[in-house]
Amino acid sequence: MSERKFGEGAQPSPVLTRRRLVLGGSLLGGALVVGYAATNFGAIAAGALSVGAADANPGVFGPFIKIDEAGWVTVVNRYQEMGQGTHAGLAAIVAEELDADWEMVRFESAPANAAVYRDVTMGIQGTGASHAIAGSWDQLRQAGAAARTMFVQAAARKWSLPIDSIGVRNGVVYHVASQRSATFVDLLADAAKVAPPEYPKLKDPKDYKLIGTEIVRRKDSQSKSNGTELYTQDVRLPGMLVAMVAHPSHFGGKLGSFDISAARKVPGVVDVFEIASGVAVVAKDTWSARLGRDALKISWDDAKAETRSSDELQALYREIAKGKTDVTGSAFQTKGKVDDAFDGELFEASFDFPYLANAPMEPMNCVASVDGRRVKLTFAAQIQTVDQINCALAAITLPGMVEIETLPAGGSFGRRGTLTSDYIVECVNIARHVGGGRPVKLVWTREDDMSSGYYRPMAHHKVSIKCDEDGLPTAWRHNIVSQAIVPFGANDLPTHGVKNSPYLSVASVVDARIFTPKLAVPPGLWRSVGNSQSAMVMEHTVDLLARRAKRDPAEYRRAIFTKVGDVRKLAVLDLVCKKAGWGSPLDAGWARGLAIHECFGTVVAQVAEVSVQGGNLRVRRVVCAVDCGIAIAPNQIAAQIEGGVCFGLGAALYGRITLDHGIPQETNFDAYRVLRMDEAPAVETHIVPSKKTPTGIGEPGVPPIAPAVANALLSLTGRPTSSLPFVI
Amino acid sequence: MKLNVNGEDRDFDGDPNMPLLWVLRDHLNLSGTKFGCGIAQCGACTVHLDGKAARSCSVLAAEAQGMKITTIEGVNAGHRLLVAWVKHDVPQCGYCQSGQIMQAAALLDEKPKPTDADIDAAMSGNICRCGTYRRIKAAIKDAAGVA
Ligand code: FES
Ligand code: FES
Repeated sequence: MSERKFGEGAQPSPVLTRRRLVLGGSLLGGALVVGYAATNFGAIAAGALSVGAADANPGVFGPFIKIDEAGWVTVVNRYQEMGQGTHAGLAAIVAEELDADWEMVRFESAPANAAVYRDVTMGIQGTGASHAIAGSWDQLRQAGAAARTMFVQAAARKWSLPIDSIGVRNGVVYHVASQRSATFVDLLADAAKVAPPEYPKLKDPKDYKLIGTEIVRRKDSQSKSNGTELYTQDVRLPGMLVAMVAHPSHFGGKLGSFDISAARKVPGVVDVFEIASGVAVVAKDTWSARLGRDALKISWDDAKAETRSSDELQALYREIAKGKTDVTGSAFQTKGKVDDAFDGELFEASFDFPYLANAPMEPMNCVASVDGRRVKLTFAAQIQTVDQINCALAAITLPGMVEIETLPAGGSFGRRGTLTSDYIVECVNIARHVGGGRPVKLVWTREDDMSSGYYRPMAHHKVSIKCDEDGLPTAWRHNIVSQAIVPFGANDLPTHGVKNSPYLSVASVVDARIFTPKLAVPPGLWRSVGNSQSAMVMEHTVDLLARRAKRDPAEYRRAIFTKVGDVRKLAVLDLVCKKAGWGSPLDAGWARGLAIHECFGTVVAQVAEVSVQGGNLRVRRVVCAVDCGIAIAPNQIAAQIEGGVCFGLGAALYGRITLDHGIPQETNFDAYRVLRMDEAPAVETHIVPSKKTPTGIGEPGVPPIAPAVANALLSLTGRPTSSLPFVI
Repeated sequence: MKLNVNGEDRDFDGDPNMPLLWVLRDHLNLSGTKFGCGIAQCGACTVHLDGKAARSCSVLAAEAQGMKITTIEGVNAGHRLLVAWVKHDVPQCGYCQSGQIMQAAALLDEKPKPTDADIDAAMSGNICRCGTYRRIKAAIKDAAGVA
């Protein structure tokens, strides 16, 4: 076991430095599996989390690669497929180093087993922070290259030829001079006998044939178009029951008195009972469960519930930011001596953000069965290790006794990564009551989903900035008010995108604080997390500062990036300006707005073309430039940027969950307006060439769009934006 | 009652007031039709009733009786929309896509050469939270042979 601690091990990759081979070395059901287990994870994971699940039998080509006798190369995806198409990038990394035939590469979901399938940075198994590709880059290149070497050695032995005279291309191992060749399938049994190399040689990126090309496409487009993809909602198991739950109407509300007699009489209803989160109705099918729930009579106990309204909370947040309450701030970045740095004329601005729901297309759901101490979950798990722990606590068992089969998610945008595993634990509680290992599918309606909380938290930002005679910031004061997004650990998520921003770096005095009020409304992870708010604050503020200094917004940013030596941002900015025709005339009534933001290591700049006609805000075109390191799957990078723009734009235009006396008012798509096809802009994605380790792409497309639109509006109307959404 | 689904008569003896969506999904084992909102706002549950796009979450079993019901499972594998969807790598999470395809198929039946405005008008009732709208539009145009 390694001495590395929980969460360590980002650089260098533990696979490179502390790889330990786990040799299956046998033909398992016709599939040869070669295995690597990275050993950076502490005894907690190996000992507790992998109990039971640990017999996942890592094979020869490691836990990440299986090659079978039909010639399929299966790449095991430890991350959740929620639409971001990570599987394509992961498969391409393996296929590139293995020199596999891309048409014969497919993917499958890994079982929950943190000892084998943890993310090297997070230290647990889970998907987040747009990290799948970055976290797999070294590990999967190693795995692919090792497997390739084993085939080459097998061929060399068989043909009695020197190893370095043998090549591999498209799944065929060959020797030019003797005109010999063999497929992976031909060599499968022999390769299994070769000891995997400890340090296989990796390709020079200039020799890549697959990575960075249009050949790398999704592997699931067909099944996701023709209706055959299996989501949690589609799971059918023998004897399975369907459950719905009546939840408190207020956050922090509790069950008071209830009458279940009518619900029990509804045809198809099998049982009705109290669970920790409300009253569960278990039935033979979804509709009966729904009718049963409608028949419940419940009065809730709201003594400890949140009963304030959004506008009250927003007013409170403004007071907190001014330091006028007993919620004290804690500094997250300070520099220089405040003394008289903020004396004289200041630029001041503040921003209000509402609560936002993730609202993935598939409402939350889960399938669970509990048989004594064994828990089996079949659903779109996002943070498997955390779900195992939470479910083990609920079912009074060990995390390793919680088996998870991960299905693709009909979207998540962070909702399925909720660290309390709220809906999953709810399902386990119901399945435990039902008992006997009988599977239960918990179905949430859209209304359940949207009123369940775990929202992007309401927030307020207040900035006070002193500038020099060129208009550049010399002193930057920044107060953020937001609930802590995660229930434990460092609460720096709302500061992402403010902390260490080049705009703070350029100032000689920085005084940045976060205030975290406690509310019963559960906050959650919303695609790009703190970045979607901080990008709006920083990028709109910078446009306002540029305007104040009578400087062009692109030129103003360029001056700052040059001063602080941010070469990546400079390159991304130059590319977006060039592709968007920054500075060239537009038709009357249209204006461009620019924003650039770094999120989870990826820099994205966007230029939006915006008009306001007859009171209607329209965004017709968004030009994007991206630096995400080596671009593995350009088509999917473009897809994620397109999707990120739509997701962020819909939220910026219309998104808000309003609390009225504590009760969320928007509970379905009639009131919670999202972007639709007639409003979707044309999105162009341009990638900055890079030789750096790849970084994520699932989230970084979201943050810049709100400020890009706000900045275009500023240019059109001269009016700043101080709250979202734009359209009330 | 009998329901004609994808050219076959199927028996259903449950609640006649059950929305067609749940009949299809829970009783006829046709889970390609998705549940998204339950109130005719998202289009994930779109099927064809006598060739016209309809939200199966808001049609009762009894109302669908006697109509020709077509679901995504009834769309033939080589359908030009399915081919175009794959060619453009339209899906992300994919959850909305069977509804999108059913809506688009109804559009092309009615307007074989739709304009951008026709596509917007026909498709704006179908939400895609992943934001694949522009690829959907490109795929429809590709399938229709309008550049
Ligand atoms: S589920 Fe029927 S329209 Fe949304
Ligand atoms: S592809 Fe995810 S909702 Fe459309």
